[in-house]
Amino acid sequence: MDIVVIGLLLGGTYALMALGLQLQYGVARIMNLATGEVLVAGSFGAFWFYTAANVSPYFSLVVVMPLAFALNWAIYRVVLQPLVSRAKSRGHHDIDSILATFGLAFIFVGVMSAIFGGNFFNYAYFARPFEIFGNSYGLNRIAAFGASVVLCAALYVWLTKTRMGLNLRAVAVNPGAAALVGINVAWASAFAFAMGGAVTAAGGAVLSTFLTFDASIGVLFTLKALVIVIMGGVGDIRGTVAAAFILGLAETTVAFLIDPGLTLAATYVLFILILLLKPEGLFGRRAA
Amino acid sequence: MIGKMSKWLTVVAAAAILVMSLNSGVSAHELKVGASAPKSGPLVGGAVVTHWPNIRLWVEQVNARGGLKLSDGSHKLKLIELDDATNPGTAIANHERLVTQDKVDILLAPYGTGFNLATAAIFDKYGFPQITSTAITDKIPDLTSRFPGIFFTLGTTTAFSQGPIDILTKMRDAGEIGNRVAMVNVADAFGIEMAVVARDELKKAGFEVVYDTSYPLGTQDLAPVIKGAQDSKPDAFLAWSYPPDTFGLTEQAQIAQFNVDFFYTAVATAFPGFGGRFGAATEGILGAGGINPGNAAMLDYIKAHKESQNVAPDSWASGMVYATLQILEQAIEAVGKIDNPAIIKYIDTNSFDTVVGTITFKDQNNEKFWTVGQWQDGVFVGVNSEGRPGAQTIIPKATW
Repeated sequence: MDIVVIGLLLGGTYALMALGLQLQYGVARIMNLATGEVLVAGSFGAFWFYTAANVSPYFSLVVVMPLAFALNWAIYRVVLQPLVSRAKSRGHHDIDSILATFGLAFIFVGVMSAIFGGNFFNYAYFARPFEIFGNSYGLNRIAAFGASVVLCAALYVWLTKTRMGLNLRAVAVNPGAAALVGINVAWASAFAFAMGGAVTAAGGAVLSTFLTFDASIGVLFTLKALVIVIMGGVGDIRGTVAAAFILGLAETTVAFLIDPGLTLAATYVLFILILLLKPEGLFGRRAA
Repeated sequence: MIGKMSKWLTVVAAAAILVMSLNSGVSAHELKVGASAPKSGPLVGGAVVTHWPNIRLWVEQVNARGGLKLSDGSHKLKLIELDDATNPGTAIANHERLVTQDKVDILLAPYGTGFNLATAAIFDKYGFPQITSTAITDKIPDLTSRFPGIFFTLGTTTAFSQGPIDILTKMRDAGEIGNRVAMVNVADAFGIEMAVVARDELKKAGFEVVYDTSYPLGTQDLAPVIKGAQDSKPDAFLAWSYPPDTFGLTEQAQIAQFNVDFFYTAVATAFPGFGGRFGAATEGILGAGGINPGNAAMLDYIKAHKESQNVAPDSWASGMVYATLQILEQAIEAVGKIDNPAIIKYIDTNSFDTVVGTITFKDQNNEKFWTVGQWQDGVFVGVNSEGRPGAQTIIPKATW
């Protein structure tokens, strides 16, 4: 029972890390290597609100998400769009955007180090035991799990039930054809990228309630998010959510039954297995 | 328009040159101090607590009293800081650059065991003394026989793993604690090395290691680790942990209501941020380091550190970083000029009054240091040491 609850809680945490990247890669086709840094920026935002103004990290989302949206919109328009428009092929586009966002990651780390210094940051929020089936779990983790469920559901409904979601999915499937039916692909991509950034920053704000972070820790999150997005399949958030929970459950099972030292190994074994058996990912479409 | 602009540019450039030449005129008698340590990368969180503030504090204090007194008068210090990005290659390049390009007069030891070992050859090549303050290794005899200018102050791996085991043995012999120990470690150089030594020592001391596991660096969820330890029903919990997991393990233990009489987390337990994060819940938690709260020089140092750097020092290596700077200062002033062979000889053969007490090197090694501290009433005090007086009585860990 313990394994299931802890695994699900960890899966929720992973979903928060990876959802934003799924939007950015799935629709805008930017393999954003700075996603971990955006997440850490969200953590810093929540930390600042909580310690300076005593605002709950969850309420700080009201400010953190729009700010992250605006910032990511600007990044897409200024840095990435020129690369997208000049790219001659999908491969060319991928390499350019990977290199550009790799560079962006360093800029983010530099800016955050300059502002906040290199210290470790953490704070106590909801760090209380909460009982489920007679075992106690951290209330902050349960709240984060709730947030991740709400976020996943909201994104899923938005993508499947609204006109705009339909547009974004059309761009994800085939940007060329989407343009032919009157969808403004550049705008939709910018929107998806910005939305992804906002979701990632929200994840960071929520994770900061129980993780100790510093300005240069983002790369750990980037790696995890990449594994989850690729495992889940590009272009479908259900795949990302499924991969996040599979990973959370698998890591917890290994940690409990075998050895906590092998969790990373378990992650990559699963990753390789899925890539071997279903190279397009759990929910991915086979390339045409 | 363009003509006007260029006129302005000329004026600005002339002003800049004037200012620069004035500056260099003043700094002619300054001594350049070179320091390279992490300002980014994985070790930055430790370096900004333990390393950098002490160097800045020391330079500030020396300059406030007019500079270092040499035989040809007083010289103020000018600090050059470089970021090694927690990369040994960069650290080596930085030190090389500080010596050959910046032509520093004083070169300070870097932060962390690996970095001190990596740069030892550079210090040796250019003949600078290297008084390490954040290096813990069992290879001290090897290194000191190879490098005549290197000095160690913080102790050995064996001493640090022995510290908590000594306490455990004492507590068991007094009937305060049982025989079952749960031990975990971060799967990184420090954690692995400590766990290997401790595993043997625990067995030798007759303890039963009922849970023994490692977790990868950067693990996001330590709940399984704490649950595993808890399920093994230990009397003592020993974690060779790094800063993020020291916080994570403690929080998780608190949430899981994991109560043991002996709770030890290694690195960062001595950080002021640890006390800040867990408040009263820290009571009785043990960790690496410790200070003597009855040492007036230490209390003055803590006060000065807070006033000058706006943060408290940690209660482990911070004081040692400052102490090594005091040693360097006293040695340079005693020699009376920047003469590195003479300075090294002086350090090797004299005793120094520092904030952590008197330091005398034996075979280039300081054999007196704190190994275990404990949070008592909001202060991380020393409870176990090699040769340092003032150890406090160990209190039982309060229940969460």
